[in-house]
Amino acid sequence: MNEGLIFEISKPGGGGFVAPHRDTPSVNPKDVIQRDIIADEPPDLPEVGEIDLMRHFTRLSHKNYGVDTHFYPLGSCTMKYNPKVNEKTSRLPGFTDIHPYANINDVQGAIELMVDLENILCEITGMDAFTLQPAAGAHGELTAILMLRSYFDAQGEKGQKRDTILIPDSAHGTNPASAALAGFKTVEIKSDERGNVDLSSLKEHLDERAACLMLTMPNTLGLFDENMDEITRITHENGTLIYMDGANMNALMGVSKPADLGFDIMHLNLHKTFSTPHGGGGPGSGPVGVVKKLEPYLPDPRPAFENGRYFFKTSPQSIGKVCSFYGNFLVLVKAYTYLISLGGDGIREAARMAVLNANYLKENIKDTYLLKYDRKCLHEFVISAIWQTKTGVHAKDIAKRLLDYGYYAPTVYFPLIVEEALMIEPTETESKDTLDGFIETLKKIDEESRTDPDKVKNAPFTTPVKRVDEVTAARKPVLKHT
Amino acid sequence: MSKIPENLLYTKEHEWVKIKDGVVTIGITDYAQDQLGDIVFVELPEVGDEVTQLEEMGVVESVKTASDMFAPLSGEIVGVNKFLMQEVDGEDNEDFHPEYVNQDPYVGGWICKIKISDESELEGLLSPEDYKQNTAQ
Repeated sequence: MNEGLIFEISKPGGGGFVAPHRDTPSVNPKDVIQRDIIADEPPDLPEVGEIDLMRHFTRLSHKNYGVDTHFYPLGSCTMKYNPKVNEKTSRLPGFTDIHPYANINDVQGAIELMVDLENILCEITGMDAFTLQPAAGAHGELTAILMLRSYFDAQGEKGQKRDTILIPDSAHGTNPASAALAGFKTVEIKSDERGNVDLSSLKEHLDERAACLMLTMPNTLGLFDENMDEITRITHENGTLIYMDGANMNALMGVSKPADLGFDIMHLNLHKTFSTPHGGGGPGSGPVGVVKKLEPYLPDPRPAFENGRYFFKTSPQSIGKVCSFYGNFLVLVKAYTYLISLGGDGIREAARMAVLNANYLKENIKDTYLLKYDRKCLHEFVISAIWQTKTGVHAKDIAKRLLDYGYYAPTVYFPLIVEEALMIEPTETESKDTLDGFIETLKKIDEESRTDPDKVKNAPFTTPVKRVDEVTAARKPVLKHT
Repeated sequence: MSKIPENLLYTKEHEWVKIKDGVVTIGITDYAQDQLGDIVFVELPEVGDEVTQLEEMGVVESVKTASDMFAPLSGEIVGVNKFLMQEVDGEDNEDFHPEYVNQDPYVGGWICKIKISDESELEGLLSPEDYKQNTAQ
């Protein structure tokens, strides 16, 4: 049954709230509040009794779909299970009951956690310093690119000429958006037939205007670039920096350090790799790590430890604040908990299991769905529904049919270099039984696409909202409830 | 099989070009609209804009993706298809029909007209036969 909006169950006079008895004299708001900020009419609030209100929200909560209820193979999003111990630690009063303006002597533990977390992230990535301020992955990208701007501007005329960022067609879609937002031009670098950066395309664009190469590693095909050394060499020779979009770090943590691969600057997604909730589940965190020469440009203020005391420091070359206060602090507590719980060996094991799970899935469905880049993948892989289009079934239909079987849909139509793409990332936390169930379902949907294509094309049937008219929704959106 | 009219020229970026008296009408091909799926929005150049061959001049957005349009030839924009404008003079366009690009890519779904500045650039365009080869790959 479809649940109406709270406004639809509202009835005039239906509210159940009684204000407590007042023992102070009444005041007319117009006498005490500036006229121009007083609304002409009271707000249109729903009037619903407490029990109906409770039932409304409880029923809605039953429709929740998340990694705690179902398998969530959303490519490039690393929807791993978020251990509940993270919730426990992040609710400790020493973390929740403090204020950013508190006396520094009263929050030594909180700053210690930030310094420790920065050090752990440095250890995992090989970077020399981190900022924990950015509140999301793309925010981290923007922060990093603003730092690059300052770095090149400080080199004088030659550096100021660098106004272009090179981005492969297998990168995350946020990369060109972040680059453009920071005022850079973007150039797309093609992929070769093995899914690596096409070296001749890269060489062609490495000129005196190329500020940075932004690589998603592993890329959105789930592949590790086989020419990494060569890419690093020719890019650095040109004075161009290399950025790593570390959203896919789940494949590499504890195994390969981005700084060792030649990256100069990168971001991580704590809410992906380090098990803090995301999507509708909570705020994100996109720390940025840098090699030594970029450290002075990190956002201020930075947590630090000297002479037995934790404090915040600033740098004259800093790009300034990118977030209010210190970032999403409680998210940092959750990621720190995860890292401390697993330890170095644990995160390496997690990365290996993530890669194993992805390869197991891939090998078991590549005879059913076209695998364009057929080589060993890392944490995710991309299949194509091109074989299924013979009966008019497309990737989006398969994605919607998966909902009927109780799965979250994979990422679809991305990356653009694979037609009818379905991007699948199982993560390390799924069992073999779950993966086998998913494989079986994907094979069943393939069979349906041949025997009963209309069923697939009209799915879903079991969800609270059936197939939505996306075209009309995009062409003539209704943005206001009336 | 997508339609490739014989009286037009084409680009590798799946655009068609129709020439008349130094002015070219351009649009996206049947193959392109089929690949993109239901078109929901077109970001058009403005009349009077100068465009350069192979440089970005607009965006076609469908339910599943957004794709850049590249100017097939250099010149000045002298007309745009008003059925593809979401707003006209700041008001919602009641005759907004992006579906024309899907339904009728070669006539009703044209994108814009360019008064070309360099006729020699025409040599770089593809014949219907060459374009057919290009899409078959």
